[in-house]
Amino acid sequence: MPTIDLARTPVRKLNNALHELRADTNETHWRVLNPRGLHAVAVGIDAPVRVDIEGHVGYYCAGMNKRAHVVVRGNAGPGVAENMMSGHVHVQGDASQAAGASGCGGLLTIDGNASARCGISMKGIDIVVKGAVGHLSAFMAQGGNLVVLGDAGDALGDSIYEAHLYVRGCVKSLGADCVEKPLQDRHKAVLRKLLAGAGVNGGIDLGGFRRYGSARKLYHFHIDNVGSY
Amino acid sequence: MAQDRWIHTPPRKSATFDDYSIAEIRRAAATGIYDIRGAGAKRKLPHFDDLLFLGASISRYPLEGYREKCATDVAIGTRFAKKPVRLKIPITIAGMSFGALSGSAKEALGRGASAAGTSTTTGDGGMTAEERAHSTILVYQVLPSRYGMNPDDLRKADAIEVVVGQGAKPGGGGMLLGQKISKRVAEMRRLPEGIDQRSACRHPDWTGPDDLEIKIHELREITDWEKPVYVKVGASRPYYDTALAVKAGADAVVIDGMQGGTAATQEVFIENVGLPTLSAIAPAVEALQELGMHRKVQLIVSGGIRNGADVAKCLALGADAVSIGTAALIALGDNDPHLEDEYRALGTTAGAYDDWHEGRDPAGITTQDPVLAARLDPVAGGRKLANYLSVMTLEAQTIARSCGKSHLHNLEPEDLVALTVEAAAMARVPLAGTSWIPGRAG
Amino acid sequence: MCGIVGLFLKDGALAPKLGGLLAGMLATLSDRGPDSAGFAVYGEAQPNHCKLTLRATGDGDFARLRRKLADAVAAHQVHDTHMLITVPRDREAAVVATIAETPEVDIVGTGERMAIFKEVGRPDEVAARFGLERMAGTHAIGHTRMATESAVTIDGAHPFTTGPDQCLVHNGSLSNHNAVRRELMHHGLSFRTENDSEVAAGFLTWQMRQGASLEQAMDASLGALDGFYTFVVGTASGFAVLRDPIACKPAVMAETDRWVAFGTEYRALADLPGIDAAKVWEPEPARVYSWERR
Repeated sequence: MPTIDLARTPVRKLNNALHELRADTNETHWRVLNPRGLHAVAVGIDAPVRVDIEGHVGYYCAGMNKRAHVVVRGNAGPGVAENMMSGHVHVQGDASQAAGASGCGGLLTIDGNASARCGISMKGIDIVVKGAVGHLSAFMAQGGNLVVLGDAGDALGDSIYEAHLYVRGCVKSLGADCVEKPLQDRHKAVLRKLLAGAGVNGGIDLGGFRRYGSARKLYHFHIDNVGSY
Repeated sequence: MAQDRWIHTPPRKSATFDDYSIAEIRRAAATGIYDIRGAGAKRKLPHFDDLLFLGASISRYPLEGYREKCATDVAIGTRFAKKPVRLKIPITIAGMSFGALSGSAKEALGRGASAAGTSTTTGDGGMTAEERAHSTILVYQVLPSRYGMNPDDLRKADAIEVVVGQGAKPGGGGMLLGQKISKRVAEMRRLPEGIDQRSACRHPDWTGPDDLEIKIHELREITDWEKPVYVKVGASRPYYDTALAVKAGADAVVIDGMQGGTAATQEVFIENVGLPTLSAIAPAVEALQELGMHRKVQLIVSGGIRNGADVAKCLALGADAVSIGTAALIALGDNDPHLEDEYRALGTTAGAYDDWHEGRDPAGITTQDPVLAARLDPVAGGRKLANYLSVMTLEAQTIARSCGKSHLHNLEPEDLVALTVEAAAMARVPLAGTSWIPGRAG
Repeated sequence: MCGIVGLFLKDGALAPKLGGLLAGMLATLSDRGPDSAGFAVYGEAQPNHCKLTLRATGDGDFARLRRKLADAVAAHQVHDTHMLITVPRDREAAVVATIAETPEVDIVGTGERMAIFKEVGRPDEVAARFGLERMAGTHAIGHTRMATESAVTIDGAHPFTTGPDQCLVHNGSLSNHNAVRRELMHHGLSFRTENDSEVAAGFLTWQMRQGASLEQAMDASLGALDGFYTFVVGTASGFAVLRDPIACKPAVMAETDRWVAFGTEYRALADLPGIDAAKVWEPEPARVYSWERR
C-alpha cells in the first residue's frame, strides 16, 4: 500500500504518481498522511483506486476525480470534488463552500456539515450530506441529486435547472424558481439507493424527506418573471 | 410670397433622441425585455486608427522586404509551463463556443489557424472532438459556467485559459438562447434542449485573486504543470487586473476591450460597460513592467483587431500577441453582402447583422440550424482564414520593417504618435508633431 | 485580497508563545498575500500608562524623537522601522502633539495593550524584521496583503487602527468605499490611501465615536458597506469576526480549551498546539462573533 507523507513529499509528487496509474494497476490502495490543510490533494485521478487521506485537507481535494474512491478522514476546504466525473469522494468531517461544485457524476458523501453553495452548478453528481448545508446550495443546479439529512440554508436551489433536491430538515428559504414537489415512490427508490451508497442504511423514514426542484418558469424569459432575475 | 415660403423650417432631429434611441424606446415599450444581440461595442471609440507609425527617416533605417527578415514567432507560457505554446504568428483565434458557432465554423477556424501556425480557443460550452482534431494548438477555457468542463479535455488541451470575463460584458456571464440549444449543444452543456440558458457571472468555486491563485495551482496539479495557464479579463481595471493575474500565478494575461464580440448579451451591457481596447494596453504593460514581468508573463490583447496595422500597434504598445474573434468570423463569410437579400428578410443589412443569438445566420456561422450551417464549407473557410492571417502578418511585418525592426516584438511605443488628444492620453504616446502626452507629467 | 489570522489565548501559559504561533500562521498565508503584512499584538498593560506604536518613514530618527520627548517616554523598544513607547496617561496628549509635528514619524496605533507593526514585503520577512517570534501577549491578529485596487505601500498595509486598542484587518473587496469615504471625510475623518479597508476601519471608528459598541458598529457595516468582506477586529480584550451576507471569501475558526483561532485557510491553523482535537467550523455570514477575556 503506497503511503505518502505530505510533511515530507510535495503534493505535486503525490498527484503525479496518482496520474501515472493505469486502469490495471495493482497499487489500488493509497494512504496519504499529514495533509494539514494543503490544497489540491489527490486531484485529477483517473483510475479505480482508493486513497485514504488522514487529516484535514485544503481546497479542491479530489478535484475532477474519475473512478477513484477518495476518503478524507477529516474536514475538507472549499471545492472538494469540484467537477468530479465519477467515483466516490467521502468526507468524514465537514466540507467548506462549493462542495461538489459543477460535479458531473459520481457520489460525494459528507458525514458532517457542508457550508454555503453545496452543489453549486452541479451537472449530474450525486451529493449526500448527513448534516446541514449552507445558503445558496444547489445554485444553478443542472442535474444530479442533492440529499440533505439536516437543514438547508437560505435560497436553496436558486435558479435551479433539472437537479433533484431532497431535504429532511428545515429549509430556511427557497431560491428563485425552486419549489417543493411531491415525493413519489420512484423518488423514494432513488433516495434509498443514494443513502445506501452513502452508508446510511435503514433507520431513516424516507417519508420525512421533502423534494424540491425547478418550477421551470425561468426557462424562457418572460417580463412577468423579471423579479426573479 | 417669400414670407409664406420662409415660414417653414426643415425638420430637425435630436442628437440625443436620435433615430436609434427612439426606436429602442419603442421596442422596449412593446416587448418588456432588454435588447439582446451579438458582436462588440459598435459606437465610435478611440481606436488604433488614431495612432500612426513613425517610419524610417534620416535617423532610422528600414529593412529590405523579403531578404531582411522580420520574425513573427512568439512563445506563450514561458513562466511556469513545461510545454509553452509556440506560435508562428502573434495572432490567435479568441474563445468562441460551439453553440454560439456552428460545428463547421469551429472546424474552419481550426483549419485556418493550424495552417497559419497559431492557436484557437474553445468557448463557453466545452471542447468538441472536431475542434481538437482540426486545431494543432488548442486553448481550453475554464469559465464560470463550467459547461462541458472535464479533465480529459483539460489534458488534451495545449493551454488553459481561466476566464474571469470578456470585453463585451465585464461582469456578465454567458448567454445562449433556446433556439441555439440544439440536442448536441444541450448534451454538451447538460441543459434541457431549447431553453434559454442562464449563466453564472462568477466562478462557482473561487472569488478573488487570492483564491484564483489556489485554483490555478489546482489546474496545474491536474495537468502535471505541463500547460500554460492564461487569465482572461474584460478591460475594466487593466493595471490592477494584470498585476493580480501575475500575483495569482498566470503565465499569460488576456485583456479584451469593449469592442470584443460576444455571441449574445444585453446591448446596454456591450455599449456601456468596459474600456476601449486602446486604453487598456498601456496600463496592463505598466503593471507588468513594475513587477519585472514584461515579456515574462505574456500579454495578449483582443477587441476590435482588424488588420496588420492594429496588430503592429498592439505589439508596439507592449503586447506579446493579439487575438481575433469578430474579424475571424468575417473572414469566414459573416455579414457578406452576397447574402443581402437574406439579411433584408431578417430586418437588417450586410455589415449590420448582429442578431447572432437568434441562430438564423445566413452565412451558417452563428447558427445551429444544420441547413444553414451546411452552407459554410469548413475547408474553404479554413483557407480564407489562413489567407487573412497571412495578410495581417505581412502587413505587420511591412510596418515593422519600415520602422527598422527585425522582429515584431521590437516595435515599441516610441514608434507611435497619436492623432487625437484622447488617443494620445489612452495609448500614452505623444500627439503627432509634439512631445505632449496628455495626463503624464513632464 | 488577502489572508487574515487571529489568535486568542485562553490559557495564560501560552502567552510567551503568542508571537511564534502567529508568525507561523502568517507565513503559511504568504502566497495569498505577498505584498505586505502586519499584525497587532496585545500584551501586558501598565497601570496609568498607554502604548504608542510609531513608525519612521524615510529620514525618521527615533533617537532624536526620544530626546525631544525626554521623560515622557517611560520605556521604549525599537523593532526595525517601528518603535513602541510607553507613556504615562497624563502625558499622552502632549506626546501625540509632538509626534504630529514630526513629519517623518507616524503613529500606527495606540492603546493600553495594543502594539501594531506593519511593513511592505513578504509576510515571513516582515514578521522576522519585527521579531514577532519573541513577542508575548494574550491575543493577536494579523494580515497578509495582496493589493487589489490600491498601491502596495506601507500606508495600504493592514491592520488599520479604529481607536485605542482597536484595529481591523480585511479580506475581500468593497464596492462602495469611495462614497463612504467622502461621507466620513465630511464627518471629520481623514484618510491616507485609496484603500477600501481603510474606509471600513474609518466607518467602525466613526460609529463607535457616535456611541455604538463594537458589535453594533459591525452590524451597521452590513447595511452601509457593499461588497465582499471578512473583517477581524482586534480589541483590548479579544477579537470579533464578521462575514458579509454573500460570504464568498473563506473563513475558518478553530477552538480548544487553550485558544480560539481564526484563519482564512485551515492551513494557517494546522500547526497550532492541539489542532487535531480542536473544534473546527466556519462562521456564518452576516453575524458578528466575538471572544473576550472577562
